[in-house]
Amino acid sequence: MVEYSPIELRVIVAARELKDGESVLVGVGEPNLAANLAKKLQAPNLNMVYESGAVGSNPYRMPLSIGDPCLVTGAKSICSMYEQFAYYLQGGKIDVGFLGGAQIDKHGNINSTVIGSYASPKVRLPGSGGACDIASNVKKIIIVTPHEARRFVEKVDFRTSPGFIDGKAAWKKLKLQGGGPYAVITDLCTMKFDDESGEMMLVSLHPGVTVEKVQQNTPWKLKIASNLAQTPEPTEKEVSALRAIDPTKIYLR
Amino acid sequence: MDSNKMMSMKEAVAKYVSDGDLVYLAGFTHMIPFAAGHEIIRQKRKGLTLARATPDIIYDQMIAAGCAKKLIFSYSGNPGVGSLRCFRRATERPKPKEGQPAPVDWKPLEIEEYTHFGLSGRLFAGATNMLFLPMRTNIGSDLPSNNPSIKTVKDPYTGDEVSVVPPLKPDVAVVHVQRADKNGNAHIWGIIGEQKDAAFAAKKVIISAEEIVDEKVIRSDPNRTLIPDFVVHSVVHEPWCAHPSYVQGYYDRDNEFYMQWDEITKEHGTTVKYIDEWVLGVENRAEYMKKIPAEKLRKLQFKPALSTPVDFGTM
Repeated sequence: MVEYSPIELRVIVAARELKDGESVLVGVGEPNLAANLAKKLQAPNLNMVYESGAVGSNPYRMPLSIGDPCLVTGAKSICSMYEQFAYYLQGGKIDVGFLGGAQIDKHGNINSTVIGSYASPKVRLPGSGGACDIASNVKKIIIVTPHEARRFVEKVDFRTSPGFIDGKAAWKKLKLQGGGPYAVITDLCTMKFDDESGEMMLVSLHPGVTVEKVQQNTPWKLKIASNLAQTPEPTEKEVSALRAIDPTKIYLR
Repeated sequence: MDSNKMMSMKEAVAKYVSDGDLVYLAGFTHMIPFAAGHEIIRQKRKGLTLARATPDIIYDQMIAAGCAKKLIFSYSGNPGVGSLRCFRRATERPKPKEGQPAPVDWKPLEIEEYTHFGLSGRLFAGATNMLFLPMRTNIGSDLPSNNPSIKTVKDPYTGDEVSVVPPLKPDVAVVHVQRADKNGNAHIWGIIGEQKDAAFAAKKVIISAEEIVDEKVIRSDPNRTLIPDFVVHSVVHEPWCAHPSYVQGYYDRDNEFYMQWDEITKEHGTTVKYIDEWVLGVENRAEYMKKIPAEKLRKLQFKPALSTPVDFGTM
């Protein structure tokens, strides 16, 4: 059995969600690792689009920021920031977007703006960047995050990026062109969303994890799918392919 | 507009940046005009409204130096590293009580916050003189209820509510480019961010360039000219202007410094000490660059990757 870290597990499970031929909006860090891993394995024709306007990048190193020139050298196309958001994202050309956040609630709403109140925050976080734009326009939002009780909250302090608001009815009223939250991938499990209520639901336990452990780290009574699955163990091939993408362990600490 | 636009950064800032201006230093984590920000600090500009999608280290420095009254932004982090601590100190701390003296490191900062699409859309609307710009975002987020400038209108075709943002027209934009001619025709490549939008939206435009080239070089490759001379007021030849950020084909990000900034800014005192030494303690960018060991700069040089030439031939 191959050994792997919690980050490696998250990235490998996230990569498995990407299908060949899909277009994915990629940010630096774990999403970049997951997209590059999927491309090396089951999705050689994955279209990677970066928020900074780099399309079809072939980075020779882990990008230091979203504007890293390594995303440009050998890329298919480069456009401006406005064009990326307008043509690719609002234009409906992106299937999957990865998001993370300081807080995620049971309807997949994400907070990356403030802990506490907006006017006098306890912690001022960086803000939306492209997150709200991505959440509003991609067909599937995949949230990749450590599974910590402080991150999972019943209701976010600030809704930076809309998930299903307080349920599918409220979300439908917004008439967003995106498909809303699709999956939440943590180091403990994969959660998806109940079709009717839009509430987060445990669908697959990662190797060695129990329902109790997931519940202990989730501050509300988590829905459990009737056909609860076991996440297949990361394979030797997945782990070694992933480590080759980040050989100096910039993100795979 | 002057017929001779070539000047030093010192002259350009003295001439085109005034107290209270709305300033946009362009570049989406790439080609950030640090040298312009440092010169604005040296000339002690006050009450500025600083706008940038990603304020980055340069606005953290300008906030700490007391240049800013307000920040317009969409992502205020240290890209790839973490927080911008001077920005956080300015936004997290409660206001001093009425009648009580403010602490020396108290830098109150108004904020006006957008998404990336919202802010880049504001520049696009500013550049194209649109009255406002509709966009498919913001709806369902808490941002609009905390920023009165993000409004909704009724779509005249479907009757649906649509989010709109107002145009952004900076008083002055500084855009760093790889090469320009002496009139300001500017070639830009790599991550082109919001540079063109900022230049067309702003009332005054300062171009700084790694290299000043003959007009013939510009005319040999006109598709690469994102900014034409007649929107440019001033041209500054400023090699290494963007250090510690990167410039495609010229130099890499000084990532060590991006990580050090996180340490330096843990206290206001060490931040001030940095600004005293590296900004106020030097005359210009050339002097700043002399302080950086040559060995470190060699490590930041990129390997070349030349494009295949294109044929602009006609009859």
